[in-house]
Amino acid sequence: MKTSARELWTGRTLLVFVMLITIVPFISLFVTALHAPGTYPAGLAWPEQPHWENFVNAFQAAKMGKLLQSSFLIELGVVPAAVLISTLAGFALGHLKVPFSRTIFIVFVLGLTLPFEGIIVPLYYQIRSYGLLNTQWAIILPLLGLFMPFAVMWMRAHFVNMPVDLSEAARVDGASTWQLFWRIHVPLSMPAISSLAILLFLWTWNQFLLAIVLVDDPTKRTMAGALGAFQGQWGTDIPMLCAGSLLILTPTLLVFLAFQRQFVAALLQGAVKG
Amino acid sequence: MTASWRTGESLENRPSVSDRSSTPEARRRADRARRLRRGLPGLGLVAPAAIVYGVFVLSPLVATIQYSFYDWNGITPGTWTGLDNYARLFTDKELFGSIVNAFQLILYFSVVPVTFGLIAAALIRKFGASRLAMVSRTVLFLPQVIPLVAAGIMWTWLMARDGAVNQFLRLIGLGGVTRSWLGDFNTALPAVGVIGAWVSLGLCMLLLLAGMTKIDPALFEAARLDGAGAIREFTAVTLPAVRQELGVAITITVISALRSFDIIYISTQGGPGNSTLVPGLEIYYLAFFQRAIGQASALAVALTIVVLAVVLPLNRLARGKEDS
Repeated sequence: MKTSARELWTGRTLLVFVMLITIVPFISLFVTALHAPGTYPAGLAWPEQPHWENFVNAFQAAKMGKLLQSSFLIELGVVPAAVLISTLAGFALGHLKVPFSRTIFIVFVLGLTLPFEGIIVPLYYQIRSYGLLNTQWAIILPLLGLFMPFAVMWMRAHFVNMPVDLSEAARVDGASTWQLFWRIHVPLSMPAISSLAILLFLWTWNQFLLAIVLVDDPTKRTMAGALGAFQGQWGTDIPMLCAGSLLILTPTLLVFLAFQRQFVAALLQGAVKG
Repeated sequence: MTASWRTGESLENRPSVSDRSSTPEARRRADRARRLRRGLPGLGLVAPAAIVYGVFVLSPLVATIQYSFYDWNGITPGTWTGLDNYARLFTDKELFGSIVNAFQLILYFSVVPVTFGLIAAALIRKFGASRLAMVSRTVLFLPQVIPLVAAGIMWTWLMARDGAVNQFLRLIGLGGVTRSWLGDFNTALPAVGVIGAWVSLGLCMLLLLAGMTKIDPALFEAARLDGAGAIREFTAVTLPAVRQELGVAITITVISALRSFDIIYISTQGGPGNSTLVPGLEIYYLAFFQRAIGQASALAVALTIVVLAVVLPLNRLARGKEDS
């Protein structure tokens, strides 16, 4: 197919323009972080003398070590468990002949559009009655529940498309449901499972509302929640705030750049299925 | 656990007595019983997911509905007030305003990035496999990966009085319009909207681009041969083909507008005045600062219903293609 050079150049220019818009806020954050602490830099400008030590100071001020530890603890509590139980449920609902599977599935799907704000108030009293306020459990447990609609739907959509012949052949060879699941279906489902794990990792890391409502101590929150507290504390010291924000962003960006292909695929599919 | 599933297996393999009975009625009943029995281990697999979902989503949801009929400060016993809390959603200026603001945000969070993303994707489609397009996939996803809080912090600074936005405006000779965009009654809501649009633009564009690359090139060629120009080609070929992706992009961005919280909490806290107050933020304030649990819950129920009412028809639009 022939396309005119003009069309091609319009497209390219537009694409570069959109990329610029996307990237400029990051650059602004970085450049501002290098200004002298406590100053009020004017827009986008390279400082006369870059203050690299801002990052060290922000690292200490934000208690980054503790933050990372807390975030990883929450990830460890949420992602493996959520992936496991949603895979089990998705397998049963999508592949086995489970009674009432349609009804069960519809109840799960109803939760897809539910705004977190819709249940945050009772959740607070519920977590308080368990005595878990201000602990990482206060974020882990509700997130497990809140991720179920998407995770179960995602895994079910995958298992619906697995050929039934495969399971029947295994059954003939004497495999139990449990063996069928672990030996045949889990290994074959690794792409779907790892995409789900990536999405849940990201959504846990970036979870904000639960963190600020249920956990007062920023060092026991997710990264996003801690960033909120950091802004409250350093909101007036712009270079410090920018340096801290950038530090808090860095782990996500590194993970994203390392797994970018999987990330992009997972996010696009996730959007379509969600 | 494994053992019990094994038992389930052996039960279904063993021919049951009723199988051999001759009346069709008895056979049907036996069939149903066997199907149920065979399904039981499956229900066991669903149970863990169903339990966490029930305990941490469905039960709080029911509690929200229950609270919404009470006047309760969270400490002393509440009093039943019927639909008063719901009536106030319409009569109280602040509460009603927050819902109106959420709908206005749809324009910025959804209409702007979807429209722009659609146009951009249509133009980029032709070199979708080039190196530039590949790099753009990484770059354009950055706003999706970072926490919304971080996007809020970046843009608060960009749109401050001395931020880069005003710097740019002065550069192109528009120094007259510069202001503290997030602090001005007239511009705060659009300014917050810009942040949301920035977050969604890349996702919308790449989503639509993914849909467009699936279109058979022969269709475009045919359209061109029939003398269609770029615009006619877009409306006749591209647009119908990406209907599903378009539905998805609209759905997720509309949801993000209606339940926005993070960005606004960070950038304006709902101000100045209540000009950027949205339901999510108002629920938070009512429940945890003003201790009006009942009112917060009524707003939460209303927000949930609004999201459902807006999303369900959109979803039908997106799924329509699959069904036919």
